[in-house]
Amino acid sequence: MSTEFMTEHSTEYKVIGTRPVRHDGSDKVTGKAVYTDDLHLPNMAFGAFVRSPHAHAKIVSIDTSQAEDMPGVLATCTSADLPDPWDKVDDLGEGCVNYAHLSGNVLARGKALYKGHAVAAVVATDSHLAEEAASRIRVEYEPLPATTWVLDAMKEDAPLLHDDLITHTLDDAPAKPSNIESHIRFEKGNIEEGFAAADVIVEREFKTATVHQGYIEPHVSVASWNEDGRLKIWTATQGSFVVRQQMAALLKMPISQITIVPCEIGGGFGGKISVYEQPVAAVLSRKCGRPVKIIMRRDEVFEATGPTPGSFMRVKIGATKEGKLTAGEAWLAFDAGAFPGGVIGPGCMCVFSCYDLPNAAVDGFDVVLNKPKTQAYRAPGSTHVAFAAESVIDELAVQLDIDPIEFRLKNAAVEGTRRVDGPVYPRVGLVECLEAVKNSEHWKSTLSGPNRGRGVACGFWFNAGLKSSVTASVNPDGTVTLVEGSTDIGGTRTSIAMQLAETLGISAEDVIPQVADTDSVGFTDVTGGSRTTFATGLAAHEAALDIQRQMMERAAQIWECDTGDVEVREGVYRGNDESLTFSELALKADSVGEAIIGRGAVDPQVSTNAFAVHLVDVEVDPETGKVTILRYTASQDAGTAIHPSYVEGQIQGGSVQGIGWALNEEYFYDDDGHVRNASFLDYRMPTCYDVPMIETIIVEVPNPDHPYGVRGVGEVSIVPPPPAIASAIQRATGIRLTDLPMSPPKLWRAINNGE
Amino acid sequence: MKTHVSTTINGEAVEFLCQPRQSLLEILRDELSLTGCKEGCNNGNCGACTVILNGLPVDSCLVLAVEVEGANIETVEGVAQQRQLHPVQQCFLEGAALQCGICTPGFIMTSKALLEKHPAPDEEEIRFSLAGNLCRCTGYDKIVHAVQAAAESAPAPK
Ligand code: FES
Ligand code: FES
Repeated sequence: MSTEFMTEHSTEYKVIGTRPVRHDGSDKVTGKAVYTDDLHLPNMAFGAFVRSPHAHAKIVSIDTSQAEDMPGVLATCTSADLPDPWDKVDDLGEGCVNYAHLSGNVLARGKALYKGHAVAAVVATDSHLAEEAASRIRVEYEPLPATTWVLDAMKEDAPLLHDDLITHTLDDAPAKPSNIESHIRFEKGNIEEGFAAADVIVEREFKTATVHQGYIEPHVSVASWNEDGRLKIWTATQGSFVVRQQMAALLKMPISQITIVPCEIGGGFGGKISVYEQPVAAVLSRKCGRPVKIIMRRDEVFEATGPTPGSFMRVKIGATKEGKLTAGEAWLAFDAGAFPGGVIGPGCMCVFSCYDLPNAAVDGFDVVLNKPKTQAYRAPGSTHVAFAAESVIDELAVQLDIDPIEFRLKNAAVEGTRRVDGPVYPRVGLVECLEAVKNSEHWKSTLSGPNRGRGVACGFWFNAGLKSSVTASVNPDGTVTLVEGSTDIGGTRTSIAMQLAETLGISAEDVIPQVADTDSVGFTDVTGGSRTTFATGLAAHEAALDIQRQMMERAAQIWECDTGDVEVREGVYRGNDESLTFSELALKADSVGEAIIGRGAVDPQVSTNAFAVHLVDVEVDPETGKVTILRYTASQDAGTAIHPSYVEGQIQGGSVQGIGWALNEEYFYDDDGHVRNASFLDYRMPTCYDVPMIETIIVEVPNPDHPYGVRGVGEVSIVPPPPAIASAIQRATGIRLTDLPMSPPKLWRAINNGE
Repeated sequence: MKTHVSTTINGEAVEFLCQPRQSLLEILRDELSLTGCKEGCNNGNCGACTVILNGLPVDSCLVLAVEVEGANIETVEGVAQQRQLHPVQQCFLEGAALQCGICTPGFIMTSKALLEKHPAPDEEEIRFSLAGNLCRCTGYDKIVHAVQAAAESAPAPK
């Protein structure tokens, strides 16, 4: 394996840091694991959507009668079948939702706001019939002018999406509605003075295209709304409890009437938190009295779910001759899609997050336009702003003729650095990640040959805490059954089980983890925000301590001594000159008293602050503009790597998503506001033929807020690739691209225009 | 209206009735309950539905069920034999070559077909052969390593 470690934790762990086979692995390599679409319930019917063919249109009428007359068609539904929504904003853990907007996104009310916006749905006895019936639902539209570029949508005369949208701003509220939902501003120090002190100032403008999370499993649900009023939904989701929360609000029913069963999930990356088809499947089930399955087609996934915003950004940074940053200014406009509430907030917080910048100002705008409502995508907002800020940082390094790693080391955020939005970092690992790359064989190697270049870039993501719950029961054979609320998208059953095992002094294989439905475990926030191994791991640690306390009591009872006289080390309990291993005690405990059940429920209100530094070598083909990745190294501070293989996997997966974002992925919109490439053929995600091995360096600067030092690893790896690749292309060609993706046609044009 | 089709699936004779518009993927999943092959796109671009048809890996969503009369089909359900994982499966597990796992059955089938034809492929051949299978989670590094390890661990059976 190519992994290197730079470890600061001194403790010797028995389980943490090892690489056991994941508990759900065998089922997943044999095809036995049950994903939502694998469910076939008795008497199940199939739903299909009718979607707007227009990017913006008034819905004049909907006639479902022809569809309803077809044999085998069971029911139809439109927004009229959903209760009038509450105008209420709720926190879903990784972002907020306004239920009026969510309801209007699930089924359009009055207007269709983007091509692919769901307008009606139908359920039939088979899926082909449902598709046919959907095509017979007649919708009369009155097309309206549309806009799909953020700067156009901000113009005074832009077509308005929502008549009642008044900009939230620190200034006086504007008199007229617009497409600008909010204007955010952060300031630190005095930027005029900061720029006056600079010897060099670089200011550039950047654009990024809309990209999709691209999970391979489409959105899919089965809903069964039963005669006793109870609603059960099996679904592919990152958070079963936030689905329950959204369903209760959208359908105006008590949460206790709803059970969400999370099936195995085929990828999410932030895109499987909001509900889409779930409420529609539920309503159709209520109407037809059968369980209803809805699976989206891939074109529906592209046109109506995700994506992440397109953006326009202007970033200006100044530095002294010696290479000290003096000031930074950013003006950021992100589209939110058709409904307000995109990811501009984190974008503003992240733009200067890697540097100790004494003076800074950031203006951010959340803008609605005629695209699908944007959702989180792995470190949401951070990749956009890193592309801008890291490109400017790199250009400063070039102008100042300072090595790009040294330049970053001179200015890197450290413990005590205050970010522009206020928080002061505790111990963080950015310097260590930079040093790791600087000391890597890759950095020390020489890159030679024409049209080749090397680039480096940093990335930051907060990483969330939030609520997690587990229970754990001791079995008489010395194993522990662990029931958790976090859906497992990439091996978290195992990374959580390993922490329980470490605490109890047993092996990872002696823990039997299981993801439970919403009736069977306490509230748990989404699997997102890089939080699961950190926060649900913390809950598992707590449950283990709870078990350990009960085991000590039981040992004292067996040995007829004080609990205070019982000691435990590495799973061996000692007292009264006797000793028992965990499994021996488990067996004895079973015969002398009640079951031993541990609980863990946590809500850490912290960011664990992940940093990453990536290094890339590219070769540009000047004939075609194609960029080939020759070599790639990614370093990242994991705090402590619980299961190093899955840490590497997160780093590698995020890096390749970032490479796709950098080089190829984009929604192509035509003049009518229609996406023209809503398929995996034309929306070009990297294949294994497009990328090399991704070398990883796991840096371990333990997180002070976790007993084992875990920081979480899921997201930050997507952040550095676009700017690292842009800088590598600059070294290869002398051309700095400022527009994502840096696709062959764009680079070819730039090379041939001699820009 | 429905056509009668006889095939061999994972070594067993199987018969089914299908409509002309139904894909092999749909029949496998919905009629025969072989849900190991997955639907990622239903138009031949992701490889999640890969099965081995007469020795060749194919996207089962692009094969019409009526076309498989007399064919020999292998699906992921038939890869482990006598409760023993196939070396490709074992190496995917040990090498952590899956995260969400939705792409995994497709990769297992493509890799198995590759190793049966080319027991010792180099990295370039592996990457070329697996390029029809999309994985959004892993970045492919561990998948390629797992196939390399499988090639090294055992001569491909049969
Ligand atoms: S489902 Fe067949 S290739 Fe995607
Ligand atoms: S493991 Fe998720 S798509 Fe491959």
